[in-house]
Amino acid sequence: MADLDLSLTIGSLELPNPLIAASGCFGYGLEYEDIVDLSLLGGVATKGLFLAERQGHQPERIVETPSGMLNAIGLQGIGVRRFISEKLPLLRQRGARTIVNICGTTLDEYVEVARILSDAEGVDALEVNISCPNIKEGGIQFGCSLDGTFSVVSAIRKVTSLPVIPKLTPNVTSPASFARAAEDAGADGISLVNTFLAMAIDVEQRRPKLSNVVGGLSGPAIRPIAVRMVWECRQEVTIPIIGMGGIMEARDVLEFMLAGANAVQVGTASFVDPFIWTKLLDGLKDYMTRHQVSRLADLVGAVDTTSPAKAHA
Amino acid sequence: MPPVDVRATVLSNVRLSRDYNVLTIAAPEVGALTEPGQFVMLKTTEGSDPMLRRPFSVFEVLRDDLGTVRALSILNKRAGRTTGLLYSLEAGDTVSCLGPLGLPFNPPTSGEAWMVAGGVGLAPFATLAEALVALEVPTTLFYGARTGDELYYLEYFDRLGVRLVLCTEDGSIGVKGRVTLPLEEALTALAGPNETTLYACGPEPMLAAVARLAAHYGQRSEVSMERTMGCGLGGCYSCVVPVKHADGQTRYVRSCIGGPVFDGAAVVWD
Repeated sequence: MADLDLSLTIGSLELPNPLIAASGCFGYGLEYEDIVDLSLLGGVATKGLFLAERQGHQPERIVETPSGMLNAIGLQGIGVRRFISEKLPLLRQRGARTIVNICGTTLDEYVEVARILSDAEGVDALEVNISCPNIKEGGIQFGCSLDGTFSVVSAIRKVTSLPVIPKLTPNVTSPASFARAAEDAGADGISLVNTFLAMAIDVEQRRPKLSNVVGGLSGPAIRPIAVRMVWECRQEVTIPIIGMGGIMEARDVLEFMLAGANAVQVGTASFVDPFIWTKLLDGLKDYMTRHQVSRLADLVGAVDTTSPAKAHA
Repeated sequence: MPPVDVRATVLSNVRLSRDYNVLTIAAPEVGALTEPGQFVMLKTTEGSDPMLRRPFSVFEVLRDDLGTVRALSILNKRAGRTTGLLYSLEAGDTVSCLGPLGLPFNPPTSGEAWMVAGGVGLAPFATLAEALVALEVPTTLFYGARTGDELYYLEYFDRLGVRLVLCTEDGSIGVKGRVTLPLEEALTALAGPNETTLYACGPEPMLAAVARLAAHYGQRSEVSMERTMGCGLGGCYSCVVPVKHADGQTRYVRSCIGGPVFDGAAVVWD
């Protein structure tokens, strides 16, 4: 097929393809500028930012588990003002579509960070982190309550014209009800899932493997659960969904899209293979050609649940 | 130069003991770019179990008779899943090798170079010794292990003209005790500050001790830190080391891009 269209929009955010580097997994993007053409990605979701600089947890911060990993980084970051002066101009220069992940310990902090970024040149969207499982104050206390989710999203909505994309936690009974709260509050899209709260223990030493004791599980181990949650949210809301959770290859991107994701984020896989992006793009184009799909967006939510696929040996 | 990722064939795997091996892989693209102290991220298997790469210091950069880089090796010690797999690889197997990564050692601006290695911490010093000898820097290796059987590549360093100070915990070769014993003795014998640069790699208590000794005797030190890493490229913020900055603040620095070689005086030790 001559013209393959992989583009999509989330509010006013226009992306040439659905592949976004996941927040917390790609630094501020510039760490990768020598080996990844940042303009080739659909977007770059930068590391979560508070108002102030933050040091995060002491090591050990990650541990590998079967087909996955736990992390408890603790949102180490340079703060929103240094981000704007040191990182944002370079991201613009590199042609990145920058989705800035924002955090807060209070509602006021979220609003303030959002306001500051709205006045900066080169921010394409705000991803609102209300789902980090690894810090006690802020974030998750909003993301685990429907009222909290609604109030953070609507408060940010009032101070910015940028696309607002809350990132939802999977550590609730019904992520779909949180998707609904986000949509009702005026979100332009939602990202899901953040990591699953988890724990790993060194049995010889009888101690947790992470200094924070618990951490968030990512990687292919969580993918089927994340796909199910995206599919449930797609039944509940009409706004775009950015799906994520253990995407390792193009087939996994397609699985999320068929479940209802308009775009995806890739995190853990880019740790293993920092050159994964062109491979994913090639894989998507190959699928579109094989299945005669000229517009990738046509696949969003297109899973046919009337009967199961034929089992392969 | 940006790092490259190569699917490298194992050329040889020499088991030095039940735990240690030297794995030589055909990754000349990586080897040719490597400076002493830099590391590679290795993955032994396709798929997601184990999933993440693991960081290893480049041990040797191997050249043919014409001086062209043909391979690199790593010094491996069996401890976990990936190191166990690296121990059991055979010639003809392949590994994925991403590198070179991280900041290298800085050669001394004047005076001597003293390398201090504990156990598998010998790894970055084969290439450093070569570079120092090429710069005609008088070089000493203080090298400690549990037993004499675990002191490796002594001939290699001897051949380069590196002075060897050996010690073992069981006293079977050299000084009995920790490597910091003969090191402190040697530091005491120095006439004044800034006569030597110390380069250390090994268990963290040893690195802390070397950094403190260096500071106490007015000598510069560089330490190669080992941390659990997710990506090796600055993406994940897993591998941080607390470092005192010029403004007096202690901040976590990613050892993959701000290290693994650090100024021993700047690291905040436990």
